[in-house]
Amino acid sequence: MELCAKKHPPEEERRVKANAREYNEKFQYASNCIQTSKYNIITFLPVNLFEQFQEVANTYFLFLLILQLIPQISSLSWFTTIVPLVLVLTITAVKDATDDYFRHKSDNQVNNRQSQVLINGTLQQEQWMNVRVGDIIKLENNHFVAADLLLLSSSEPHGLCYIETAELDGETNMKVRQGIPVTSELGDISKLAQFDGEVICEPPNNKLDKFSGTLYWKENKYQLSNQNMLLRGCMLRNTEWCFGLVVFAGPDTKLMQNSGRTKFKRTSIDRLMNTLVLWIFGFLVCMGVILAIGNAIWEHEVGACFQIYLPWDVAVDSAFFSGFLSFWSYIIILNTVVPISLYVSVEVIRLGHSYFINWDKKMFCAQRQTPAEARTTTLNEELGQVEYIFSDKTGTLTQNIMIFSKCSIDGRSYGDVLDVLGHKAELGERTEPVDFSFNPLADPRFRFWDASLLQAVQLGNPHVHEFFRLLSLCHTVMSEERSEGELYYKAQSPDEGALVTAARNFSFVFRSRTPKTITVQELGRAVTYQLLAILDFNNVRKRMSVIVRRPEGRIRLYCKGADTILLERLRPAHHELLNVTTDHLNEYAGEGLRTLVLAYKDLEDGYYEEWAEQLLRASTPSEGREDRLARLYEEVERDMTLLGATAIEDKLQQGVPETIAILTLANIKIWVLTGDKQETAVNIGYSCKMLTDDMTEVFIVTGHTVLEVREELRKAREKMMDSSRSMGNGFSCQEKLASSSSASRLTSVLEAIAGEYALVINGHSLAHALEADMELEFLETACACKAVICCRVTPLQKAQVVELVKKHKKAVTLAIGDGANDVSMIKTAHIGVGISGQEGIQAVLASDYSFSQFKFLQRLLLVHGRWSYLRMCKFLCYFFYKNFAFTMVHFWFGFFCGFSAQTVYDQYFITLYNIVYTSLPVLAMGVFDQDVTEQRSMEYPKLYEPGQLNLLFNKREFFICIAQGIYTSVLMFFIPYGVFADATRDDGAQLADYQSFAVTVATSLVIVVSVQIGLDTGFWTAINHFFIWGSLAVYFAILFAMHSDGLFQMFPNQFRFVGNAQNTLAQPTVWLTITLTTVVCIMPVVAFRFLKLDLKPELSDTVRYTQLVRKKQRTQHRCMRRVGRSGSRRSGYAFSHQEGFGELIMSGKNMRLSSLALSSFAARSSSSWIETLRKKKGGDSTASSPSGGADKPLKV
Amino acid sequence: MKNKNSQGAQESPSRCPDNSAFKQQKLPAWKPKLTAPTVFSSFFTIGVFCLIMGICLILYARSVKEIQINYSDICLNCSKLRENSSNWDKECNCSVHFTLQENMLGDVFMYYRLQNFYQNHRRYVLSRSDAQLLGQDVNIQNSNCAPFATYPNGTSMAPCGAIANSMFNDSIQLFYYLNSSTAIEIPLLKSGNSWFSDKNVKFRNPTSYNLSSAFAGTTRPPYWQKPAYLLDEEDERNNGYINDDFIIWMRVSAFPTFRNLYRRLSHTNQFADGLPAGNYTFHITYNFPVTKFKGKKQLVLSTITWSGGSNLFLGIAYTVSGAVIVLAGFIITAIHLKLRKKTTYFQS
Repeated sequence: MELCAKKHPPEEERRVKANAREYNEKFQYASNCIQTSKYNIITFLPVNLFEQFQEVANTYFLFLLILQLIPQISSLSWFTTIVPLVLVLTITAVKDATDDYFRHKSDNQVNNRQSQVLINGTLQQEQWMNVRVGDIIKLENNHFVAADLLLLSSSEPHGLCYIETAELDGETNMKVRQGIPVTSELGDISKLAQFDGEVICEPPNNKLDKFSGTLYWKENKYQLSNQNMLLRGCMLRNTEWCFGLVVFAGPDTKLMQNSGRTKFKRTSIDRLMNTLVLWIFGFLVCMGVILAIGNAIWEHEVGACFQIYLPWDVAVDSAFFSGFLSFWSYIIILNTVVPISLYVSVEVIRLGHSYFINWDKKMFCAQRQTPAEARTTTLNEELGQVEYIFSDKTGTLTQNIMIFSKCSIDGRSYGDVLDVLGHKAELGERTEPVDFSFNPLADPRFRFWDASLLQAVQLGNPHVHEFFRLLSLCHTVMSEERSEGELYYKAQSPDEGALVTAARNFSFVFRSRTPKTITVQELGRAVTYQLLAILDFNNVRKRMSVIVRRPEGRIRLYCKGADTILLERLRPAHHELLNVTTDHLNEYAGEGLRTLVLAYKDLEDGYYEEWAEQLLRASTPSEGREDRLARLYEEVERDMTLLGATAIEDKLQQGVPETIAILTLANIKIWVLTGDKQETAVNIGYSCKMLTDDMTEVFIVTGHTVLEVREELRKAREKMMDSSRSMGNGFSCQEKLASSSSASRLTSVLEAIAGEYALVINGHSLAHALEADMELEFLETACACKAVICCRVTPLQKAQVVELVKKHKKAVTLAIGDGANDVSMIKTAHIGVGISGQEGIQAVLASDYSFSQFKFLQRLLLVHGRWSYLRMCKFLCYFFYKNFAFTMVHFWFGFFCGFSAQTVYDQYFITLYNIVYTSLPVLAMGVFDQDVTEQRSMEYPKLYEPGQLNLLFNKREFFICIAQGIYTSVLMFFIPYGVFADATRDDGAQLADYQSFAVTVATSLVIVVSVQIGLDTGFWTAINHFFIWGSLAVYFAILFAMHSDGLFQMFPNQFRFVGNAQNTLAQPTVWLTITLTTVVCIMPVVAFRFLKLDLKPELSDTVRYTQLVRKKQRTQHRCMRRVGRSGSRRSGYAFSHQEGFGELIMSGKNMRLSSLALSSFAARSSSSWIETLRKKKGGDSTASSPSGGADKPLKV
Repeated sequence: MKNKNSQGAQESPSRCPDNSAFKQQKLPAWKPKLTAPTVFSSFFTIGVFCLIMGICLILYARSVKEIQINYSDICLNCSKLRENSSNWDKECNCSVHFTLQENMLGDVFMYYRLQNFYQNHRRYVLSRSDAQLLGQDVNIQNSNCAPFATYPNGTSMAPCGAIANSMFNDSIQLFYYLNSSTAIEIPLLKSGNSWFSDKNVKFRNPTSYNLSSAFAGTTRPPYWQKPAYLLDEEDERNNGYINDDFIIWMRVSAFPTFRNLYRRLSHTNQFADGLPAGNYTFHITYNFPVTKFKGKKQLVLSTITWSGGSNLFLGIAYTVSGAVIVLAGFIITAIHLKLRKKTTYFQS
């Protein structure tokens, strides 16, 4: 553990030698042990206390404590401060300790994961934390990579290995990594043990997609790039094993470098509270000054003469100095306006709310056995104020499961669930999926609901057969058959996986492939097709084709791709079919399905030979190869015959559209930030009803240069302006242009825009839009839109977008995501929510709240958040009220006691008032109060608005509370004063002795604040009853105990009030005074509350007091779900595919073949596909992909 | 509960939260509502109650007979004399005449009333040692009594502290003129005026074979004319710390103007029913200086009722609040009725 904490000077470069621990040790690289915990047993107390005293409040109370130890000014005993202070420090320390304990546990769990390390020529099991830089470790399939490794060799040919990087960057398709050729032969341990290459590379950094270094081995230099690296957090897939050399370990890994420091989050209420506390301090000082001046004057006028009875203290030589001392004395006694218990009570309430979140059965996901978890306990009330939600897509909105949902073949659509009468029906519980048991090769997890398609296959419909044949041939999926009939598909894109699996279940089973053949089990009969070419997919082409020679010798081209592209390349015949298919496509797109159009074309032998010749020539690596290839592909993919279309459902998480709809009704704006492609993102936007066809326009920003982006944003704004002007909003063009300098005004103009707009912005455009000079323009535009989708964004950009909104909109933001790529945004946003239960835990670890389904967000915000906010606001209002009522009495009393800082109450009452007599009822209210039931808060999302507008506790409310407190304190002092001044007891003795007065005021105060909390409590559970009545009972019990003979005889100087309670509280006058005070303090409050409720009821009041018929809202809700999108004319194309795999397959590099078979291809595939891959990737990341420019606005 | 959830995972306990009403925030609860009928009825009931209470209190308070005489002004000579502390041992007597127009029937109490005497000053309030007053042998050096703890020569004061030191030490006698020439002293009770708990619990004399030896080794406070054990030589049970005048003085007042009970009328002879109307004289041995700090001394004779002495404030306060609350009740009713149309759905 100690090793973890070591700090090193920044490195210039890193030298790592394999299998040489001694050599590497002299550089003192960080070990692979990670530490997120803060304390250990020894450091806990000092460090924790140090941290706690960094809190201004705690230091302030310590300062007060010191003041109280000075006898000249100590107006209160030291224990009035130390008791609460110790209490607060202890509670906080216990909480910190528990938190840290869990961090230790999770650190240990990660650090103790096992990995196989090559030590002294043998593989040994080592814990992750003991892995050193320079070690060679072995990874197995589906294992997490323990550190940043240089890939040496793997079970796959050519040192290839597949990884899933979802943890790192959120991309779900698999990626290929390859060891450099010289090391990929180091397959066995003995060779590896002798490997003594030295890597010299860049120092640790956080760039996920860059690595540069050199390997020196056997006097040769080899360049290393990111393509050779396996990063911590990745998971090995489809690869039996691989060996890697640890280059960066523990905190130096790119993953850890990327997960910045956890920022301490504060809620807006916290900040407001701190401001208010500062104000109160100011107020306190003012009162202190007033009273000090009063004291100086009094001592000068009266006190000086009164010295015969009460001489000044030895140290005091003038009235002025006395006033100075009195200032500090008053600071001490008036400090209870900001009682130390405020902070601890707030924490306790938040903790309570957090437990309610943890305990909520309705946020428990039964499938994953994961309850919701409030990982941070200090943010709850902010959940009730969220205005912007930033959501990740994959894994958050979607399940990342692709399902073959529907298809259109030869003008007929399959896949709808039909009821008995043949009408479309909702998928019910009782609907039986199609039975594929006849097919031994079928994937049992595949579900399809329309039996007619299977009938069509079995009846031998040639179109249907050709359709599935295409699906089983035209793809880049690899198959693996571990035993007979047990097929595993390694699909690089989940869409393809779904399509091939569908074909497999409908008896067109893709069985195996070689670089030149594809074997398909067609209706039980094995057919081998000769694979002539794969015309690979890319972002411009948006299609892929294969050219196969059928067993009977015919050459056929099969093509699948985007409707927008493919429909133009069909043979002009068959208009009717085209129209029907287009209708189907629109229907699918309207349902948010991802569509592909399938087509084929027969090729003449001669034509093909000629074309192939050209292809061979074109594919020699040289300048312009891409273009030449593209032109050739273009040439052959023409005049195709339409086969049909497929519709894949990117399965949404349960209840996502409903949740989004309700959150939108609650006036929360939802932005989707995804690393995925634009098409995919837009598609999901539609399927989860963020984007709808009712929208006036969806703006798409894909510009590559600053100017383009600015222009596009400007156009979007202008369009919105124009339409709003035409709707009669009356903002002239000049006006808005003139005001563009003052961003805030423009924003307000834009916010008044009529009509619904949406904005889709691409990552490369976003990079420009987020620059300092354009960010405001971007923000204005985006905020005027109802939905915003940012696609192809990097983790950093996600954080930047959140930061932008946070900074300029002063709104509460919430980020929700599931992957490591969301960590930065989760940390940046006011509230970070992690989707748990998935494999990755990075997001959850960084998050403040975690649960396993997006739909729980609705409950978290609308129920828990809303209640938390309400409770916290009510709590704060009451708390400030009760302390002002309590403390200000001293101020008034000051005028009657020579400003001598004499307290009104017994010091025990002062000590206990905040921690015993009045703490529990308000805590109970703060923890349990409910204004409306949870069902109602879900039914009326509008109830969420007061939180966003900060209505329940703000400066105004604060002043009202303070005013009420001061009003109460005035009555609390002056009514007893008036009564007592000249009165006598019923036995003739003096009534107005100090102690009786103290008891009377204290008792009436406790009663008044108890009645007030009774009024404030809207939800009297048994606990509230118990606490409220209990507090009163405890007050009287303690009062009588403190005033009892026994205590006095033991400590006569401490318990001076002996006999007071019985003597004072036996007086009818005293009770009459208390009653009058209570009535006069409470009745105005009742009157005001009632009038406010009567004349200006809030929605929550209305909901609370009435039983509105909710039919309207219900039907609306249902309508929203069912809205058909017959009129939609947008493309449903979306395909998560990466190019380069076609070439990889044709080269045969990724196939386990005999060396003989391989050599026969070696000549053919001279072009380095890896190069291509790298180039493509590079192209993407440097934002030069030409695809963007070609995109048109979706809605025409 | 458990059975339902354990289908999937029999061995490992389900992580599903309990379905208890507490954890699911579904505790049964009373949800009070500020509805119009409750608000109106509470306003009118409370208002009427306050009105009635107030009127009763006023009536009772007015039945109290009370007479106040400011004698620090009348006895100007003595006041002047006492201003100079060097004259502390010079005796000064003063007589104050007054006439009762009506009989004061029932219990009659005699108070001294001080104005502008800050018994509630923080340092004054603290300046005492309750342990000492409980008869315990304490080191008063460490108590809050300073500067009235010990003399420079080291002898400690008994009782110590500013409160005890400044004890009211005028002695007052009341004479009734049976006729213009013969005055008889009215019998007054000087004990039984303090709280039972004070007399029997809070104050105890130090124990010894007699009182003066119990106070051996200590001296009287500087302003006292006689030591504590001579406060009441006639009554053993009213001497030393448990002297009623002392106890009452030690119960400091909450405000700079206060009255302390000095004597009660002893119902004997012609005073069995109270004080008859007629002429009276206070004979005052004037010891207690007040003019120096612009204080005033008064003597008060008063009867009491169940609510104490003359206490008009409470009655008036009740009446006024009662009236305001009833009025407010009418106003909010009017507002409610007038604006009800807007909020018809709001009726419950």
